[in-house]
Amino acid sequence: MKLYDLVIVGAGPAGMAAATAAAEQGLTVAVLDEQAAPGGQIYRAISAPALRDEGILGPDYYHGRRLLAPFARAAVDYIPSASVWEITREREVRFSAGGQARTLRAGRILLATGAQERPVPFPGWQLPGVMSCGAAQIMLKTSGLTPPAPLVLAGSGPLLLLIALQLHRAGVDIAAVLDTTPRDNYLKAGRHVGGALRGWKVLVKGLGYLARLRASGVACLSQVSQLRAEAGEDGKLARVHFTHQGQPRTLSATSLLVHQGVVPNVQLSRAIGIDHRWDEQQLCWRPVTDSWGETNIPGIFVAGDGAGIGGAAAAEQAGRLASWQMARQLGCLDRQDRDRLATPVRRALAPVLAIRPFLDVLYQPAREFLTPSDDTLVCRCEEVTAGDVRRFARMGCTGPNQTKAFSRVGMGPCQGRMCGLTVAQIIADTRQSTPAEVGYYRIRSPIKPLTLRELANLGDTDQP
Amino acid sequence: MQTDSPFNRLETASAATVTIEIDGQPFTAREGDSVAAALLAAGAIPSRTTPVSASPRAPYCMMGVCFECLVEVDGLANVQGCMVQVSEGMRVRRQNGARALTQGDVHEAV
Amino acid sequence: MSVRNHASRHDTDVAIIGGGLVGMSLAYGLLHQGKTVTVFDEGDQALRASRGNFGLVWVQGKGDTCPDYARLTRLSARLWPGLASELRQDTGIDIELQQNGGLYVCLDQASLQQRADMLARMQQDAGGDYPYEVLTAEQARQKEPALGPTIAGATWSPMDGHLNPLLLFRALHQAFARRGGRLINGQPVEHIRPLPDGFDIRLPGACLSAGKVVLAAGLGNKTLAPPLGLHAPVEPNRGQVLITERLKPFIHYPTGHVRQTGEGTVQLGDSKEDVGLDTGTTAEELGKIAARAIRMYPVLEKVRLIRAWGALRVMTPDGYPIYQQSDRYPGAYVVTCHSGVTLGAAHAGPLVDWLLGKDTEISLEAFSADRFPL
Repeated sequence: MKLYDLVIVGAGPAGMAAATAAAEQGLTVAVLDEQAAPGGQIYRAISAPALRDEGILGPDYYHGRRLLAPFARAAVDYIPSASVWEITREREVRFSAGGQARTLRAGRILLATGAQERPVPFPGWQLPGVMSCGAAQIMLKTSGLTPPAPLVLAGSGPLLLLIALQLHRAGVDIAAVLDTTPRDNYLKAGRHVGGALRGWKVLVKGLGYLARLRASGVACLSQVSQLRAEAGEDGKLARVHFTHQGQPRTLSATSLLVHQGVVPNVQLSRAIGIDHRWDEQQLCWRPVTDSWGETNIPGIFVAGDGAGIGGAAAAEQAGRLASWQMARQLGCLDRQDRDRLATPVRRALAPVLAIRPFLDVLYQPAREFLTPSDDTLVCRCEEVTAGDVRRFARMGCTGPNQTKAFSRVGMGPCQGRMCGLTVAQIIADTRQSTPAEVGYYRIRSPIKPLTLRELANLGDTDQP
Repeated sequence: MQTDSPFNRLETASAATVTIEIDGQPFTAREGDSVAAALLAAGAIPSRTTPVSASPRAPYCMMGVCFECLVEVDGLANVQGCMVQVSEGMRVRRQNGARALTQGDVHEAV
Repeated sequence: MSVRNHASRHDTDVAIIGGGLVGMSLAYGLLHQGKTVTVFDEGDQALRASRGNFGLVWVQGKGDTCPDYARLTRLSARLWPGLASELRQDTGIDIELQQNGGLYVCLDQASLQQRADMLARMQQDAGGDYPYEVLTAEQARQKEPALGPTIAGATWSPMDGHLNPLLLFRALHQAFARRGGRLINGQPVEHIRPLPDGFDIRLPGACLSAGKVVLAAGLGNKTLAPPLGLHAPVEPNRGQVLITERLKPFIHYPTGHVRQTGEGTVQLGDSKEDVGLDTGTTAEELGKIAARAIRMYPVLEKVRLIRAWGALRVMTPDGYPIYQQSDRYPGAYVVTCHSGVTLGAAHAGPLVDWLLGKDTEISLEAFSADRFPL
């Protein structure tokens, strides 16, 4: 079992920046990443972007090269295509790569596992032809592939507009962009306009996406509700139904891309037993950390979107802050030097984070995506509907672990990643409680499926 | 193989091509494609049916979260297609329902 | 809270503390006998052995040092088809009960011999009426072709079976609700006060009176019992359980360590760990369970693990149940065991007769906690 000063899980902006900063301070560092190449989701395939035309994705994506270059040079053991399935409180990290399970030991651990897209349950979201906006963007970055027409995009949040713009730049014909942001959100978000003004650059960028789409003649419909996907005879997506300005409408579609923002990927932090709190504005759980990213479990840190959505620029800085604190704890950096490094970074972070409350409230999903209609599939793996969850909540289930036992919701291979937030919202709604009170699934290792052979051989493969 | 409505490939940076098999049919993918991306590029959709109700599914998140892209790769079932890159000669099979333990593992049919 | 049963002075005839398989089986039986029942259950994060168990209705080898337990187990196994069909009538839920026999696979000759000796003894104690066979490896593979080449053999009993414990749990709850049972969920029982003719159950902000009270709270019984003049020296014993992806059916019979469920997943387990109240998992133990399962069924090696959990068995010092009425406060009972599935049909039937002071088919004296030092 190899011992490192620091093991980082994830090679996105937080992980790459943290690894580089920690190696600069003399720590021995290993980075484990699920993907085959560094970048995380935001900078997917940044070491070998698929698209010849860099104008399609735009400069924010290629900014990733500025993180990649020093990361590639740093004295770091980078282990790609490695899925971490267990971390113990004693800071043992177990992962599978190449069909073998192995263990590393770590003085400090940084979880830089980033975000996942918020599940977008609505009737028909499981049909072939429906994909997340993030998925479409990953296809552009890694393979230069675009979804077949007719194409409709639906949802809420900056990524919806960004991917629409990117696909438009790529020459893809977009039938419509359906914005489901509820009108009330604009009023609610107004309360946070002070922060929005401090972070005006981000705001202007978002408004710019929409203006450019409209100017290009893409149909952008706002205040869309009652979204529903319908299959054709072949079982694949054929039509998208929705209501716009009180009128029911239908569009033919081969592809539907959906998005309702992103939420922290907390599977690993939960399995370790880190404390989490419910974030009322982001409507998700986030691990509780101090200002350096350290959790209630000594020596285990979280940085980046996995600690609460802040975006790529903030993630990169949070990764560095965590590394400097870990370097200080391990005696590689004294307090003065740590603070000298950290102060300008914290100053730069302030406006980036100041806009979050505004964005978070503005892009809160409409109720129909938080507590979907009874006929909506909530758990795609075990095929459990919102109606099933409501029935068991009414029968007395007070939380998601009880509805799980009664209905199998959350028991499939995704281990609740695609239904956990929805189930808790439905139970809270049915019992007139809150997701904070209702709680979340009890997540246990291994958090990724692995073969019984890998598990059984762990003892052998751990020999040095 | 179904080849209707495949994803379209834009002009890409030069990269090697990789020939894989999808349900026994050859398909030319681009190096760096995930297996799930190759299935979408080939129009091999739906890429599986579920073990619960046999309903058709296709890759959804492309980032390892949703487990919709489960597929058989080189004889190993239920691989997350979006997490594995194509390689020369790779044999990919779409899955229908629960995986069977065949491949001569259990001789007696059940 | 309103008085539900006008024929009684109490809010409820029987209060059951604990809404797990033990409590709900008793509650179901009591409702059948026309009693009003209130079940008090904990919140979402309770320890809940009922959510984590293995689902066996298992007879062979159980009670090898306690003939009364062996008898109770066999009685319950015989009563199971009746309970399963009642539940199906009440709720439409098929709990996937199968009692076509079970195998206990041994990996070495010594343990096979030990088991053969034990079963011979039990057959003798039962006056010969205790069907089982000792199978060579080849005979075992004839019965179950997926068994591997390196097993030593197996013991077989036609008495064994399994069911889907989560469907059972759901069916019991649905039947309970349909038959008018009352569930009070997510609120801790603060105090149980004996009255001259019953008990007051106190919750935060509420109080409910009951003619009888049954402690069926698993590990919670340990602290609930003494104020009622009862004794429940139970300790947690962790078992880790693994669930694989769904597979087409290939295992015909459950074993003590591996079974294939109605959904097609394969469940592996049977670790025994003394780790307090920790319901987590450990890679070491999961690895051992996986390695043993692969030796038994080599085809499992490429199968993926989807979920794993630790569940806490409710163990008495000798492993046998406690069924006892309080001498000091008659009407207060403790019911605790670690075989809530196997014994479920006994709990819904004979145990309910016992709670109601009727004659029972079987003696429960052996299960008094007086056998343990205070």
